[in-house]
Order: sequence, then C-alpha cells, then structure tokens
Amino acid sequence: MLKDQDRIFKNLYNDMGSDVTSAQKRGDWVKTKEITDKGRDWIINEIKDSQLRGRGGAGFPTGLKWSFAPKEVGSRPHYLVINGDESEPGTCKDRDILRFEPHKLIEGCLIASYAVQAHVCYIYIRGEYFVDGQKLQRAIDEAYEKNLLGKNAAGTGWDLDIYIHYGAGAYICGEETALLESIEGKKGQPRLKPPFPALVGLYGCPTIINNVETIAVVPTILRRGGKWFASLGREKNTGTKIFCISGNVNTPCNVEEEMNIPLKELIEVHAGGVIGGWDNLQAVIPGGSSMPLIPKDKCETLTMDFDSLMAEKSGLGTAGVVVINKDQDIIKCMARIARFYKHESCGQCTPCREGSGWMWRMLERMARGEASKDEVDMLSDVTKQIEGHTICAFGEGSSWPVQGLLRHFKDEIKKRNKFDPIVKESKNIPYLVDQHLLDKNA
Amino acid sequence: MSLRRPAKNQPESFEFNSSSLEAANNIVEKYPEGKQQSAVMALLYIAQRQNNNWIPLAAMKYIAKFLNMPYIKVYEVATFYTMYNLSPVGDYFVQVCTTTPCMIRGANKLVEACKEKISENENELSKNKSCSWMEVECLGACVNAPMMQINDDYFEDLNKEKTLKILDKILNGEAPTPGSYRGRVNNEPENNRKTLMDFKNA
Repeated sequence: MLKDQDRIFKNLYNDMGSDVTSAQKRGDWVKTKEITDKGRDWIINEIKDSQLRGRGGAGFPTGLKWSFAPKEVGSRPHYLVINGDESEPGTCKDRDILRFEPHKLIEGCLIASYAVQAHVCYIYIRGEYFVDGQKLQRAIDEAYEKNLLGKNAAGTGWDLDIYIHYGAGAYICGEETALLESIEGKKGQPRLKPPFPALVGLYGCPTIINNVETIAVVPTILRRGGKWFASLGREKNTGTKIFCISGNVNTPCNVEEEMNIPLKELIEVHAGGVIGGWDNLQAVIPGGSSMPLIPKDKCETLTMDFDSLMAEKSGLGTAGVVVINKDQDIIKCMARIARFYKHESCGQCTPCREGSGWMWRMLERMARGEASKDEVDMLSDVTKQIEGHTICAFGEGSSWPVQGLLRHFKDEIKKRNKFDPIVKESKNIPYLVDQHLLDKNA
Repeated sequence: MSLRRPAKNQPESFEFNSSSLEAANNIVEKYPEGKQQSAVMALLYIAQRQNNNWIPLAAMKYIAKFLNMPYIKVYEVATFYTMYNLSPVGDYFVQVCTTTPCMIRGANKLVEACKEKISENENELSKNKSCSWMEVECLGACVNAPMMQINDDYFEDLNKEKTLKILDKILNGEAPTPGSYRGRVNNEPENNRKTLMDFKNA
C-alpha cells in the first residue's frame, strides 16, 4: 500500500477543510514563485520526466501535450481549459477534487497557464455538480483576495484569470473538442481533428485541455520532483491515481493509490471485498463504463495501469472500477450501459447515432431471451461498424463494452437465446445488407 | 440521442428581472469581446431559475436578442442539453440515477418509491403540484450509489425506506438535508478506512 506521505490528495475525505489557509498548511501555494522562476522549459521537462499521463481516460503524456503549445504567442492568445465534465459511469474522482482540494487545482492552473503562456483559464464543470462548482468558485474568490490569482498572481509576475463554465448534462462534452464547442455556446458536437486544439482550439486560438486530476497533481510533482513521481508505479505508468470503486462491494469508496496496484488488493483492502465473497465475483469494469469488462478469472492477477489493462484488451480509462457480482444479470448490466450511450450520443455521425440505439435494443432482447441465434454475430458486426467510423472516440466508448461482453460472456447469451433466425442461413437473399454474415457453407 | 420537445402552453413574453439581468451581465464579462455567445448556456440557466425551473420559447428569443445571436442557435443549445427543462417541472425536481453502477445497487427501488409517492409516470406533477421526478443518466456519485438529485442537491447512499422519507418531506414542503443517508463521511470507505489515518485522528 502507498505510504501516506506519498499521497497527493491529503484532504480526499475532507478531514482538514478545503479553505485556503488549511490548504496552505498542507503545502499548497508555498513558494509557487520558485517553481515558475525556473522557467517554462524546466516545468515541461520535469513533467515529461515524471511520465505523467492524462487522467481523463486516454492517458496521453501531459508534458508532451504542453510542448505542443506554440513557443511564441502570436496574434492569437493562448487558452488553458480544464475538463471537469466528469460523466463516465463509475467515475466520481474530480468531484472530490473540486470540493475538497480546490486549491491544488487552482495552483495547478496557474503553473500550467504559465507553462503554456495562457492568461485565461476556463474550468468546465458538469452542470449537475452545481454545489461543488460553487465550492470551487469560493476557493477562486479566496485566491483572488489573497492575490494568488489576477494580476501578478502569487507573485510570479504572471497574470491569470480563472472562470468556471457550467455544462448542462451532456456526456459528450467530456470530449475535448465538444467541450470547446460548448464553451463557445454551441451544441456539444465534436470537431474533426486535425487541426488539434493545441494549435486551433477555443475561439480558433491555441488551447491546451487537461483533466482536473492531471492539473491538480502538477504542483506536487514540481515540488517533489519528477523523479519522485516516476519512482511510483512502473515505467510509463507512473505516479498515483484516484480509484473509484463502486458496485457490489462492501465499502464503495474513492482512494488514492499507486499505479499498477493489483485489482484484488484494491477490492479486498480498500473496498472491503465483494458482496458475498470473492467467489461471488462475476466481472469487473476496470475503467469507467466505456472500457470492456474483465471476467473473474483474470481479476486474480490483474494490475491496474494503462499498459497492463491494454494487454487484457481493456483499459484504465478514468479508473472507475465497477464490481459486478453473480447476483446481477451481466447482460442486463451491459444493456443499461448501452442505453446510456444511446441517450448520450450527440447525433452527429450516423454509425454512432443509429448504432448505439440498435445495440441497446438488441441487448435488451438478449437479456430477456427473445433474440435469435444469429443476432449474436450481428451484434458483434454492429459494434465493428461503429468503432473507428466516427469523428470522436464515443464510437469506441459505446462499442467496446458490448465487445467485452461478447468476448467473455458469449456462452451466457447463446444459452439464453435459442430462437431460430428469421432468415435461414443457407438462403442467399441478394438484397440482404448483412449478406457477409451468412455462413455460405451451412 | 434524447428527444426533447418544448411545452405546448407557452407564455407570451419573457424578460430578465433586475437580479437576473445583473447576473447575466456579469456572465457576459467572463468571455472575450465579441464572443458573448459563449454566455448562452449560463443565461439559459438564469432564465430557468427565474421561471420556476423551466425555459419557455419566449426566454430563448429574449436571450438571442440579449446576446445578439440567431434565435435558432439558442434553440439548438436549449434542446441539445438535457438539464434545460423545456416544459414545467415541480418545484422539487427529483432526478434518480439509474445507470449501471446505481442500478446494481438497487436504483429501481428508488424509482418505485418515486412512483408510489409522486406520480405513476415520469415528468408528471404530483397531486399537490409541487414535485415531479425523472430517471436520468449517471450523475457522477457512483461510490455513493444509489443516489438521486433534488434541485441542486445530492442525496446519497439511499434505500427505499430512506427515499420514501425524503419524498414525504418534500411533499410537505420541507427541505431535507443533502448528503449521505448512511451517515458516512464523504467518499471514505465506511468503517474500513486504511489511508490518511493521521489526519482523521488529528
């Protein structure tokens, strides 16, 4: 288990209060000037050395992202945008940072803004977190009063203004370009990339977008050194991470742990074990709803980091661990996730808009045992038609969980659904769109 | 995609009152000059607060003029985002999360409680016209599942009995206390905390 002194979010459970004085006692805002005095290149190199990867789901190296910002500010100003549109089912880490560790985030905003030469920072918070957003606003007001923000913020000689922008219940606005559209006052529909936001982003200006947790760990990394952060976890998967363990466990919780921690330790030690005992475990969704589930037999030895989960054809995502035990109907669980994606699709790309509803309807029927045998293959085909054929990663996010279900629980679906197909496989119907699915040798 | 339609009965006109106007002007200042369109989301919230928690078409037209942008752009935004109510809801607006992490911890019991206490169907006013409820997608408090939101506040770690009690309170016009209903502190593991113990005992 990670030592307490190596934990970054010491106030994760609000033992000490989130106001600026308590935050300063914990080490926030101490000698911020010394960090910025070392210069932009030092900051970006130190973040590169720490091998910090974005905490929002994709795991893109943060130092590298910052280095994409133009070196000289041209006619267009630079912007820093913080993504706090946390809506991935199973994830609730950013909420705790917003309400209990707001000053870590604000200080991180100042340092990151200095590194990418932005004078304005927008923090995008999902609309449902209104109360938590108000707490962050109070923290921002405190920071202005103490001259930690505004002109010559915290004595660094850098001017920075931070504004909060509330979303309004659209999951897709967590996608970075949809988030920019939303700040610009439009529908949250993702943009085509390239151009990437680092060059053409908010209002057409260079924009760096980072997750709340990514920015909140930056000050601590710079104080204790990139080497310290890189010494935790393992190569390319370094540092600590807030894990959210929910679902069928005895004590669901948020906990900050080292990367590469065994999944079993996370569940047994922190979350108090699976309800009904470890043998009652059915499957685990390791990284928020868009990551494919992992069946019990692999959970024994699984370690939680980006690369080891990738090797299991899943992913760390946002580290929202959803534990599903054998009392639940796994097909129904996945059908509900499919309904979530059907509801949240922005409707811009046809494969996603139509496919997400199609997958949901098929899964609901499969859960009831009303599907025919051939629909299992058809469902798999639909997921393949969505994946990779959309502007943003929502297509992958909605089809991967279904692919995960098909990969590990195909037998369960087949056992329940025994109807004969409406069209016999041996028949060759020229106008059938799914012709390629029919087995010609049957 | 969710299908959302404006209400049939629409008021003739809408205008910001003085406090809304002040709030709206403050919001517009947050954005660079000429980019006042960015304020549309916040202004729709202000209109919603002023107008008993729903947005009439007249308000969209008013905001379009206020921000000097086409009406259809405001309409697009108001119909795209699900937190803008396009038809009247109760003063107490109950939203029950039923996405998978809540579902497997018994969110359907909360839905049952709403059906018993408020109304048989979603988006219907209760008998005393003060409450309405709906199922929503993930509200982002998964480790406190099952949970629901009433207006701005989160009510966490619920079961059916506790939900019934909360609903009784709001039906009587009282304000229940938000937060965890199993008495746990924020997101810590209940009676099983292994980390940051020095701070807890400090």
